Amino acid sequence: MAKINIKIEGIPFQVEEGMTILEAAKQCGFEIPSLCAYNHGECSKASCRVCLVEATGARGLVASCVYPVAEGMEITISSPKAVEARRLSVELLLSNHNRNCQECDKNEKCELLHVARITGAREDMYVGEKTAVTVDQLTPAIKRDTSKCVLCGRCVERCKSAHGLGVLGFENRGFNTIVAPAENRSFANSPCIMCGQCVSVCPTGALSEISEIEKVDLAMKQGKYVVVQTAPAVRAALGEEFGMPIGSLVTGKMVAALKRLGFKKVFDTNFAADLTIMEEATELLSRVKNGGTLPMITSCSPGWVNYAEYYYGDLLDHLSSCKSPHEMFGAILKTYYAEKNGIDPKDMFVVSIMPCTAKKFEKTRPELSKDGLQDVDAVLTTRELGKLIKRAGIRFDKLLDEQFDNDIVGEYTGAGVIFGVTGGVMEAALRTAIYTLTGKEAKPVELKEVRGFEGVKEASYNLGGMEVKVAVAHGMKNAKVLLDQIREGKSPYHFIEIMGCPGGCVAGGGQPFVKPCFLPNEDADILDTYKAKRAAALYTEDESKAIRESHNNEQIKKLYADYLGQPNSHLAHELLHTTYKAKEKFKEI
Amino acid sequence: MAHLSDLAVAKINEICDRYIDQPTPLMMILSDIQKEYGYIPLDVQEIVSDRTGVSVADIYGVVTFYSFFSLKPKGKYVIGCCLGTACYVKGAQQVIDKFSEILGIKPGETTEDGMFTLDALRCIGACGIAPAVTINGKVYPKVSVDAIGKIVEEYRAMGV
Repeated sequence: MAKINIKIEGIPFQVEEGMTILEAAKQCGFEIPSLCAYNHGECSKASCRVCLVEATGARGLVASCVYPVAEGMEITISSPKAVEARRLSVELLLSNHNRNCQECDKNEKCELLHVARITGAREDMYVGEKTAVTVDQLTPAIKRDTSKCVLCGRCVERCKSAHGLGVLGFENRGFNTIVAPAENRSFANSPCIMCGQCVSVCPTGALSEISEIEKVDLAMKQGKYVVVQTAPAVRAALGEEFGMPIGSLVTGKMVAALKRLGFKKVFDTNFAADLTIMEEATELLSRVKNGGTLPMITSCSPGWVNYAEYYYGDLLDHLSSCKSPHEMFGAILKTYYAEKNGIDPKDMFVVSIMPCTAKKFEKTRPELSKDGLQDVDAVLTTRELGKLIKRAGIRFDKLLDEQFDNDIVGEYTGAGVIFGVTGGVMEAALRTAIYTLTGKEAKPVELKEVRGFEGVKEASYNLGGMEVKVAVAHGMKNAKVLLDQIREGKSPYHFIEIMGCPGGCVAGGGQPFVKPCFLPNEDADILDTYKAKRAAALYTEDESKAIRESHNNEQIKKLYADYLGQPNSHLAHELLHTTYKAKEKFKEI
Repeated sequence: MAHLSDLAVAKINEICDRYIDQPTPLMMILSDIQKEYGYIPLDVQEIVSDRTGVSVADIYGVVTFYSFFSLKPKGKYVIGCCLGTACYVKGAQQVIDKFSEILGIKPGETTEDGMFTLDALRCIGACGIAPAVTINGKVYPKVSVDAIGKIVEEYRAMGV
């Protein structure tokens, strides 16, 4: 791209032709506030009007998120006309906004409040009628409250860019416009996979998670045996809720905090990730040996499972029948663990800390229960855990590292840790499959072919004379490529890993919000790099573990010897496996 | 797709075929479906979504944005009252109110017997004959409130 000369606030700069004013200004060290333009202008329908500036050659003020720079252009951000216009835009947005900020989920991370402060927006400048409000909290995962929506369309765009879906869209016109699924339906009656990507880009509290903190409080109050487990990706991001740099690994502090919060036991879901690998690898080898349905696809990601049930109901036989790791853990805790420790499973309350909103929905599936007891009772996101810790008055940064509980469950290997990033489940499974098929441990243990953030990754391994072809996809847009191949009967693979969110769980819909305006100490390109930084934290923990293959986890071996028998045994099937069924996209309401 | 007949599905697919190769076929497809069936319900939008790759939510957005499109079946006779500036100052509001009163429906609604739909239109370009009313394309010039009862009766007499 050719460089052109522009001036911002009278200072000359050279920038690439074709950039928007917003991008160019950012590169030159200015920050123009904006609510609708997200990373690299993703969305940017110029709908919020908060980024207005003056530019020579343009009539009136221009929306900098869409207006391209031109040779010789002089851009003014600070003129009284531009300053007043931006303030007016924000005041108009506020006039149709429900300002019950203290109870809002986005309370500390509200971009509307941020731009209101920056522009000096005044209170109640335009008082009058407000658009009719819809509050949808019918799903266990995501809440939609149109009284807080600024109609920026980031969520609409993210659903398309991540998944090729577009469950949300603009409806009606003028003053009655809302962002909603078709017919202003609930997410519960729309083909929404509940991944929560929309929640993570929403600048306000219009989209948020359904909180389960009260549920956990109640269980504690009732004196239940409350056990907590944490997913791998949580430790790579929780620190951000307390101002730590992105990519901080806070495993020890997280455990210390959970112990102070009164949980009877603090376990690592990674133990169950190791268990998942044992079950999944066995299932794969049995499918290969017995001519079962191939390729087999992982089933750890509940967003992906929802997608499969809505959009690829004809391919459900390809999904591994394995429950996701935290569900396996719940089932083991309420049977094996309860039995060995003389606890009535009815008194046990299993809480999962997850980077995910879809897990909130997953735990309510009737097929993930036994004798009327759900395997998992409550799912809190990483963000909710942050709130719990703050509420309890714990100074997270001052905590000394503590260890997970580890009596008969809880030990984990490096293979379990990397479940939290795209390619990680595949790498963990391969480490065990290589051992099973060749009798030798994987060397090197790190299988870099399946790492990284490319949309679709593929690799092929010669294992004991057998050519094993694998592929990895994250985000449903990428997954679709592999799924359509299967539908056409052209898939060359034996095993496919699919994760719902782009980047995998490290960038899940329940993770701390990455909003550059609230992260003054992070690099300017943090939206491009945060996934890799969080992933690096997990790979660091993997490296630090003495044992890095699931099949070498001593407690897993003992669990099979004492209780389950063999992987895929009858009891293992009863406790650790599940079923899927095709779902209608728009149920009759 | 439970309630669409095979015939209807084939017809909608045929309409999609007409425009599918054009760069942005959505408006033309919806327009033809609206003309053919008088409305565009969600299950029809699902077929159009599958064919065009435009999300159902976006199609629903287009259908609810333009007043020409309808989500519910329209009546046999569609009464359009112009509420453009010229018609308005000549008493169009009283005209549409009278239709509302006689038919027992609000603008945008259809009578239970499926006979009449009452629509509020913006300027239809007939300012010289304000206030103007159209019924299934037939234009009634300078409509007075007193004449409305008789007009409705004429159509009622023709039956459903």
